[in-house]
Amino acid sequence: MKLREIAHSRTGDKGNTSNISVIAYDGKHYPLLLEQVTSARVKAHFAGVVEGEVVRYELPNISALNFVMSQALGGGVTRSLALDAHGKSLSSALLDLEIETVPDDK
Amino acid sequence: MRTIRIGSGAGYSGDRIEPAVELAEKGNIQYLVFECLGERTVALAQQARMKNPESGYDPLLEERMRAVLPVCASKTIKIVTNMGAANPLGAARKTAEIAKSLGLSSLKIAAVIGDDVLDACKEGDLPIMEFEGSIKKLGNRLLSANAYLGAGPMAEALSAGADIVITGRASDPALFLAPMIHAFGWAMNDWNLLGQGTVAGHLLECAGQITGGYFADPGYKDVPDLARLGFPIGEVGEDGSLVITKVAGSGGAVTARTCKEQLLYEVHDPTQYIQPDVTADFSQVKVEEIGKDRVRVSGGRGSKRRATLKVSVGYVDSFIGEGQISYAGPGALARGRLALEIVRERLKLTGVAASELRFELIGVDSLHGPQVSARTSEPYEVRVRVAGRTENLREAVRIGNEVETLYTNGPAAGGGAFKSARDVVAVASVLLPRELPKPQIQFVGGG
Repeated sequence: MKLREIAHSRTGDKGNTSNISVIAYDGKHYPLLLEQVTSARVKAHFAGVVEGEVVRYELPNISALNFVMSQALGGGVTRSLALDAHGKSLSSALLDLEIETVPDDK
Repeated sequence: MRTIRIGSGAGYSGDRIEPAVELAEKGNIQYLVFECLGERTVALAQQARMKNPESGYDPLLEERMRAVLPVCASKTIKIVTNMGAANPLGAARKTAEIAKSLGLSSLKIAAVIGDDVLDACKEGDLPIMEFEGSIKKLGNRLLSANAYLGAGPMAEALSAGADIVITGRASDPALFLAPMIHAFGWAMNDWNLLGQGTVAGHLLECAGQITGGYFADPGYKDVPDLARLGFPIGEVGEDGSLVITKVAGSGGAVTARTCKEQLLYEVHDPTQYIQPDVTADFSQVKVEEIGKDRVRVSGGRGSKRRATLKVSVGYVDSFIGEGQISYAGPGALARGRLALEIVRERLKLTGVAASELRFELIGVDSLHGPQVSARTSEPYEVRVRVAGRTENLREAVRIGNEVETLYTNGPAAGGGAFKSARDVVAVASVLLPRELPKPQIQFVGGG
């Protein structure tokens, strides 16, 4: 299943850093996010886009994760050559991530 | 307990105007805040002011003020805005002139000045946070340096009787914090109250982004009536309690989901949201739907403010040249790729000096690059896009030209070519000791 089925997301920008929230629609899916939506997977998902590190922050009160991705916006919003200089469209791309609902079911 | 209602009338400089009028007319608000100053807007405004000393404030100032002043005056709604950009005093004088022409010359209008710290930055030769080097490295490419001021001077202006407060660079949440500090007399070292007030300001500052804008995803997150999106209202109690809502009957929706998305918008470490007045902590925030389009947000906290203020530095970075052209029908993708290869070779052959180039197909891989987009199947149409960074305008122009000449020199059936070349004013940041900016309040008009 796609991440889109259990979470929503919004992208924000500051300089050359993009942040993407991943928020569970239902709190019961927060453990799934914690387990499967890791910094490493997000970094791999954005291969060719994010050149720096990806740091994850956890917000259990609102069942959300916040990913902070450095060197992600083509040198910075105000100077980027990109069509989407703010990286606003990145949140939708992240929701394409594959999530395993029953990880030990073979 | 005393409560105030603050409306958010704009989320960026070009935002819709009618929702602000709706807030003033039907929102039962006491304060209307307009956040209109993007990261590099001050630098662009400073350029405009160098050409014409009377300009340099928000280009929509007159249209916005004419639209809301009559109703705000009749309902004694106070206005706080950063539409002053590079010239808050000029914006205040212009607003006084507009007020007079509307028969509202008794309005007291205050400008907050002192965010311009270009001289202090030059003297200090401060290091730049985003890249190696200091202010000196920018040389004559340096255009502006503006400190993010806190809520203090704006709150003082309100307490001194201002009906309209116009500032330049200030932190966005501070525009909302100022009415709270003024109305409730919050101490400037009550970090938890200032932290929760910052949560309120942060949630409200992008206007429609918390009422259902930048949110809809049909089938997953449906939002009613986005064409008539209502802008948000924050109901703030003197103990910092907060309910986000909007005008009944307006479009959009205020839900726990819209509030959660906006809470994390442009936030890095949620335990340290650094503001001029406080270091806010969003990590313990709770969000609770208490009625239709009513969401209670609690749990914002704070710790002591930093010893430095962030300064936004505007500079001429480079030039960008760009060209686009479209292909459609069978083989569109192959012709688009051929077109890109031709332009790539042409730029080499003709020796265009670009330090960075992008070759992409809109509709295929322009947003997230070839790796992320690898699953794409053949689209009906593609749009070629080539963009490059150069040191001067003459070189930038050559990039778009090489795309345009595909009309007669490129693959079959290319149409709708477009080209542009522009200079790039970018922003970077430095940190300045907080004592250095000396904000001042100056009243104009009010007869």
